[in-house]
Amino acid sequence: AEAAELRARLQAVRHTVLVLSGKGGVGKSTFSALLAHGLAADENKQVALLDIDICGPSIPKMMGLEGEQVHQSGSGWSPVYVEENLGVMSVGFLLSSPDDAVIWRGPKKNGLIKQFLRDVDWGEVDYLIVDTPPGTSDEHLSIVQYLSATHIDGAVIVTTPQEVSLQDVRKEINFCHKVKLPIIGVVENMSGFVCPKCKNESQIFPPTTGGAEKMCQNLNVSFLGKVPLDPQIGKSCDRGQSFLAEAPESPATLSYRSIIQRIQEYCEQHHLQEEKIM
Amino acid sequence: TLAERTNLAGVRHILLVLSGKGGVGKSTLSTELALALRNAGKRVGILDVDLCGPSIPRMLRVQDSAVHQCDSGWVPVFVGQDKAIALMSIGFLLERPDDAVVWRGPKKNALIKQFVTDVAWGDLDFLIVDTPPGTSDEHISTVEALRPYQLLGAILVTTPQ
Repeated sequence: AEAAELRARLQAVRHTVLVLSGKGGVGKSTFSALLAHGLAADENKQVALLDIDICGPSIPKMMGLEGEQVHQSGSGWSPVYVEENLGVMSVGFLLSSPDDAVIWRGPKKNGLIKQFLRDVDWGEVDYLIVDTPPGTSDEHLSIVQYLSATHIDGAVIVTTPQEVSLQDVRKEINFCHKVKLPIIGVVENMSGFVCPKCKNESQIFPPTTGGAEKMCQNLNVSFLGKVPLDPQIGKSCDRGQSFLAEAPESPATLSYRSIIQRIQEYCEQHHLQEEKIM
Repeated sequence: TLAERTNLAGVRHILLVLSGKGGVGKSTLSTELALALRNAGKRVGILDVDLCGPSIPRMLRVQDSAVHQCDSGWVPVFVGQDKAIALMSIGFLLERPDDAVVWRGPKKNALIKQFVTDVAWGDLDFLIVDTPPGTSDEHISTVEALRPYQLLGAILVTTPQ
């Protein structure tokens, strides 16, 4: 009966993409936010961004929505809208103060995630992007379980180039295989820094074991691309602005856009294949 | 239990390294702090309670080590130049390094309790406890399990943004 409830609520969601890592601080939320902005640039697409990082919800700040509250209506919880076609939901909106710690064990976190899926009135959605916390635990198991009521197009896995990150990301890739979650591909973030003054490129996080590209080759997983470090990215996130809009000429923007395009193509192709089968 | 009373009884100071945010350098700091204290002649141990993403073994080049049991519990892996820093991490319990530990809270809590009470640390001046990001099961369980002992305090790590 619960599964039927979830299925009914998520029926009008065409594509679902999970943004995962395994490693913390590699840019999952940043990527989720920019993916959402990038997809919502097409006014005809309805985009939903769901933040299931219960302990460290970054999405409200990154989307310029700090201080917003969730409203209830007859049809459920209303997402907070950044644009007409871009709605957001996060535990951040349920806190009375942004510094309030959510010190919950697994079962309580799972309960909220289920509520997010069951009670939020997303309406008709072309893309549901789900931002996750680092790890392979309750949140990840639950989201995959609850979303089995609809279908997940796949996961985008974010990493940085160094082995300490890749080590955790390989585990995440194994997690995806274990729960039969298709992997759309891996994004290598913070991949090199070009000095705006001397134009020299430095590897701030050297890929001592070949970086994400080599890992993808070894594990037969698609490599979606590299995004260089740009101090403007962090600034835009802190200010709740879309980096893509604030720095359209940055090499990082070009990388993000190319990766977003590849994700879109994957989802559309996937949909076409499904339609063919039906 | 007798084991509980002996395993942490010889530890003078317990330090937690926390953040909330991931990827800010908790494990890096825990490792460097342990090495620096060891260099200053202290007896040091590291307890890595990041079950999903244990980074410490690789940072100390012991990712291929295994742990053994003795009468009082698990024997930590000894690391560092003089093999004098005691380390316990779930990394040592994995069959393969890429195996994902896909556990829900209760199972994580059980292992953390074991890590806190069932590792034969011996006499240490400092036990540094490295944690994963967040404020959830691992953190609640670690603090609860350490409550009967001399918890010196927590170091919080962040980046500027």
